[in-house]
Parts: sequence; structure tokens; C-alpha cells
Amino acid sequence: MSKLVMTEEETMLADMARGFLDGAAPVSKFREMRDNGQTHDAGLWKEMAEMGWAGVLVPEDAGGSDMGFAAANVIAQEMGKTLAVSPFLSTAVIAATALRQVSDARAKDALARIASGEATYALAIDEGIKFDPEGTALEAKASGNGFTLNGKKQFVVDGALADRLLVLAKTADGLTLFDIPADRAGVTRDTSNMIDARDAARITFENVEATGEDVLGAVDSAMDVLKPAIAAGQAALAAEMTGLSAGAFDMTVGYLKERKQFGVEIGRFQALQHRAAHLWCEVEVTASAILNAGRMLDEDPDNAAMAVSLAKARATDTAKLAVIEGVQMHGGIGMTDAYDMGFYMKRARVGAEWLGDYSYHAEKIAKLRGF
Amino acid sequence: MSDLDAFRAELAAWLEENCPQEMRDGGLTEDGICWGGKDWVFTSDAQRDWLNACAAKGYTVPTWPVEYGGAGLSRDQEKVFTEEMGRINARSPLQSFGIWMLGPALLHFGSHEQKLQYLPPIARGEVRWCQGYSEPGAGSDLANVQTHGEDKGDHWLVNGQKIWTSYADKADWIFALVRTDREAPKHKGISFLLCDMTQTGVETRPIKMISGISPFCETFFTNAVIPKENIVGTENRGWDVAKYLLTHEREMISGGGAGLSGGGRALGAVLADTMDELDAVTRADAMRCEIDALAIGLTLERYKDQAEAGQGAGDASAMLKYMGTELNKQRHELMMSAGGSDALEWDGPLGNRAGDWLRTKANSIEGGTSEVMLSIVSRRVLGLPA
Repeated sequence: MSKLVMTEEETMLADMARGFLDGAAPVSKFREMRDNGQTHDAGLWKEMAEMGWAGVLVPEDAGGSDMGFAAANVIAQEMGKTLAVSPFLSTAVIAATALRQVSDARAKDALARIASGEATYALAIDEGIKFDPEGTALEAKASGNGFTLNGKKQFVVDGALADRLLVLAKTADGLTLFDIPADRAGVTRDTSNMIDARDAARITFENVEATGEDVLGAVDSAMDVLKPAIAAGQAALAAEMTGLSAGAFDMTVGYLKERKQFGVEIGRFQALQHRAAHLWCEVEVTASAILNAGRMLDEDPDNAAMAVSLAKARATDTAKLAVIEGVQMHGGIGMTDAYDMGFYMKRARVGAEWLGDYSYHAEKIAKLRGF
Repeated sequence: MSDLDAFRAELAAWLEENCPQEMRDGGLTEDGICWGGKDWVFTSDAQRDWLNACAAKGYTVPTWPVEYGGAGLSRDQEKVFTEEMGRINARSPLQSFGIWMLGPALLHFGSHEQKLQYLPPIARGEVRWCQGYSEPGAGSDLANVQTHGEDKGDHWLVNGQKIWTSYADKADWIFALVRTDREAPKHKGISFLLCDMTQTGVETRPIKMISGISPFCETFFTNAVIPKENIVGTENRGWDVAKYLLTHEREMISGGGAGLSGGGRALGAVLADTMDELDAVTRADAMRCEIDALAIGLTLERYKDQAEAGQGAGDASAMLKYMGTELNKQRHELMMSAGGSDALEWDGPLGNRAGDWLRTKANSIEGGTSEVMLSIVSRRVLGLPA
């Protein structure tokens, strides 16, 4: 496997992403969107598409930049630092990875529409309060040449505004993944008022008709296309959360150097120094897991499951620590809505649940490690 | 086949032929370790044969240059070496402070003559070294060493006391921090000296520890003679050597016994050996430990890769030392918990599990306490004011 060092290309990509996001999507921009009740910025997504981010995992013959999973993680990590809002994970990572498992003209066309920024996607997978794809109950009953979908999904991230939905449904002998337009008859989307002020929805499917054309991959074999997509999403989300941790950490250390009490900078107090140093150690260790997950997905995807779960578990835990310490070390001001730390805390909590929480991934690792 | 694959195949065949079956048990307990030295008594013929076979190939110190007793392996080859050794669960043929600490310092600061004189005997397990750093008044404040070397022209006359000198009673030589200029600021008057312990001016006294054994000693210098040529680096600049060596010591301690490089068995599997079925709470704790161990192991790899790529890891050793030792303490707490009352007997059904558990408590003290590590990170990485 390639070395656990950022390549020159990755470093350049990170620098470029940072430069762009500092201008186009700083935290102040997120605040503005939150204040306006806006959960999607079409102009920003268009710009990201023009830079090749929407097509980061789309093959070049479909108009993508095909930079690979490690590169997608680099972008997600930079987005996390300033809480940039975009359909990047749902569309460019998860949907694109699912679609590229299928080699037909329809999938290629869909990938092209992702790369160009024309189409956004949401993955409709959760039905209960926890991530549990195997427990999917939404039913797709065979009727005539097609299927009729009935059931409910919740915590469909980017689901209220996405153009298309990837819907995981139970079919006669397994699970099947459908790729349907979000405005198809029978689909009712209720926007969830999320703590992280981003797009998510509860979606009801009532006698929604789907054809064989709408099936992504093979009937009863959703996991063939969905498994790699979920893994890619988990890794990129972990990367975003690690960027988030770094962002919260930088704010906190900056504050320690600035804020004065008892006549000195509070960063002179060993009680705070050691807490900040510990947090840095955790972020640094988690960064290794992120780098490793990207390498494994790019170079040995069949054996990447542990690397991905390790990345998501560590990132979840580290982000939690980063925001808790962030608020605590800021003191009262960290609790105010006017200060940004709360945004980091709320996004970290949503990221913790999405695509499997700490326990979910710990169980995966335990199984893979034989206990 | 790539060169690396060829190396792996050759190595695997060599291991198959040369690693005695008895030496394929991991040997992670204190009893399984071969420390070498003039007075070393091999615990078995297999232990002797395994050491000699490895020494002949340079495999006791695989990355050292061939002329100094190593095998001259590259970083990639070293990874393969570790993997193949792990695959057959081979014991490390030789462990010593000469390998972990003095060797790297000599390779960096020593003269060619010093390297030729001291390194090959370390690689062959013929000379056992110990570390004379801490003193009763110089613990976390290590640069406060008071052991004094009086300049006598062609030698120093050394007087003073060291403490926590691991295995000093079994060592042949000691590398020591000695104050050679009392007038200079405390970091600028220390020299790094190599001292033959067979002379009458050096005495050791073991200290009995909570683990019941005495791996640590007090070492007394009374008019001990250290020839001038036994200095490593420059006179009064021994602190540079000391710090460099400390980074290696910290890396050694951070990875020590924890199987952090990925080759080791999962903690949960180890625990399950003594507990038929892990209870929910222990299992959850073990999972958390396992996750952290895997991530810290990857970080160890990443820093080695970065160092090789010329991207300095700065004060990474402080971070790894802190994270690795705190984790190791937790792992041994879990081992004790899983062992239940069987683990409460000295040399009971689980061997020396309690002793090993107690020993790990020193991990976050020796080589710089966890708190010192955090202060280093705070100052040098985060740039917080002292």
C-alpha cells in the first residue's frame, strides 16, 4: 500500500480547497444561511462542480475528474473545517460511488449529470433512529413489470432538496436499491428541522411506482452497489468530522492565546494546556485513520471495511471531544449562539449518527478483529 | 516478482529454517525476553540458537548498516520483516537498551570508530547497556543532573548517584549524563559519557518495585574513571544527545508490548482466552481500546513514513509516548479484569499477569511523564506560552 503520507497532489488539492472555501464558504457564510433558513447554496455547488469536486469520483469518460477516495476525503476534510454546506457527501461521494458500480448507459448518464452539477442525490436508508441497512422494511412489491414502494424513511440527509433519491427497499428475496426522481408521485417529503441547520427529511412512500429501469444494480442485490457507496460515504464523513475537529481545535487554541484572566493569557495555565495538548494528540491520531481509510479504498477496496469503520469511529469520538473541549475552554461565550463553536458542536452530533454511530462501527471492528 | 516480494519470500524461507519452534510463541512476557550481555544465561538452547542465527544475518538490528552489525534494511523491507516475524509469531531474538537507545544515538552522534567499537557487540547481544539519566533530584527536571565529572586531563573522575537505572545490576556498560561544567547554565554543562561498569568505582543496588521484581536500580559512582575518548558528541553538549536518545526511548516505550503495529492479536481475542465469554462492559471497554490501539499503530506507521519522506514529525515522539503508554495501562487493566481472581495470584494460573499489570504503571512515568509529554506538545506544537 502507498505510504501514509500526503502526496504532493493531495497537499496541493488541500491548499486549493482551503483557499476556495475560505473565500466562498467561511463559517460566516454558514451562519448567514442558518439565519435565512437556507440549507442549500446552488451557486456554491455549481462552483464546486466547475472545480471538479462534484465529479471527484466520476470516471473521466462521464465528464468527471476521477480523483479517487483519498482525494474526496481531502476535500471533505477541508469542508469540515469551516462547516461548508453542500451536497458533496450525498451526491459526489455516495451516489457517484453507487452509480459507478453499474456499467450501463443510464448510470453513465446519471454520473455525467452529477459531475456537471445538474443532479443532486440523497440516500434514503434509515427507517429507525439508528443506521441499520439490513433491517430495511420499506417494501417494494413486484407488480406487473415494476414495483410499488410503500414505507417511510427518516434522517434522509439532503433529502428535502435533492433532485433524486436512492431508496433502499425490501424485495422478495433481499434488498433492492432504487434510483428515482424525488418528485415522483406518492413521495412526500417533510423537511426535518435539524440541529445542524442542514437539509434532512422524513420521507413517506405511498404506492410509489418504480420500473425495472429504476433499479440500480440487480434486484435483491442492493448491497453490491450500496456497500462501496456507504463505505465511501463513511470515510468522507469521517474526514469531514476530522476537519471539523481541527477547525474547532484551532479556534480553541487561538482563544487560549488571546483571552486574558487573572492578568495573563489563559493558555498559560497548565490545566488548560494539557487539555488542549491531549485534544491535539487525539486529532493527530484520528488523522492517521482517515489517511489510511482513503488509501485502502483506493488500493484495496475489498479489504477496506476495517479501515473505514476505524476512521468513522475515531472521527466521531474525536469530534465529540473537540467540541466539548471547545465550548468548555471558551467558557460562557462558547455557549452563545453568537459564537461559532456551537455550530461545530451541532454538526459533530449529526455526523456522529449519520452512516453508523460509534457503537455501530466498534461492533464492525470487533467482528473483523475476531471478538 | 518485485524486489520486495523476493525479499519476503527469501525471508520467509529463512525464518522457516532458522526460527526454532520454541521461539514461535510471541514471547511477550518478561521471561520470554533475551537481553544478552556478558553474564547472560540463555533460558534454552533454542534461545541461544535463535539469537546467533539472527545476529549472523544482522536481524537483531535489521535497519542498522551492515558494517555495524545490522542487515541494512530499508523502511519497506523493515515492514516486511516485522510482518513476517509476526506471521510466525516469532520472539524478538534480542532486546536491549543498546538497540533501542544507545544505538540510534551513536549512529547519529558517534564517530566511525565509536560505532565500530560499540555497535556490533550490541547487535550480537554480547554487551548489555543501561541508561544513567535520572537522579534523586533530577526526575522530570532531567537537566538538573548533579553527577559530576572532574576533568583529569585524559579522563574524568566521576562522582554521584543515578536512580531508576533499569537493569543496572545486570548491565556491562552504562551511558550516563554527567555534569562536566558546573558554571554553565544547566543544559549547557552536561556531557554524554560511556562508562565500563566492571570498575570498582561503580556500584549498583536494585530497588524492589510494586511488581515484586527489581528491574530498576540505584547506581553509585565513587571516583569512577571514564577515559576522554568515551564521550559521545561534544563536551558539555550532551543534552543534545540526551534529547535525541529520549525521542527513541519514547517511541520504544509507546509501542512497547502493546502490539501496536498491527501484527499483534486483538485485545478482545487475548481477553477471551481467559474469560469464556466477555461480559458486555468489558467487551465495550476492549473494543474502545482496540480502536485506539489500531489508530495509534497507524500513527506510528505514518510518522515513520513521514520521517522517511523527509517530512519531520517534530515532537511526535512526545505524542506517541503519551498516547501509547496511557493505552497500554488501560489494556493491562482489562487483562486483569478479564483474568478475575486467577490474575490475583503471583505466578498463578495466568503466570505473571499481575506483575505485568503493575509494571505498566511505570510506562507513563519513565522516559518523561505523561504530563511532561503534554507540556512538550503544548509548548512546541501548539505554541502556548510557558
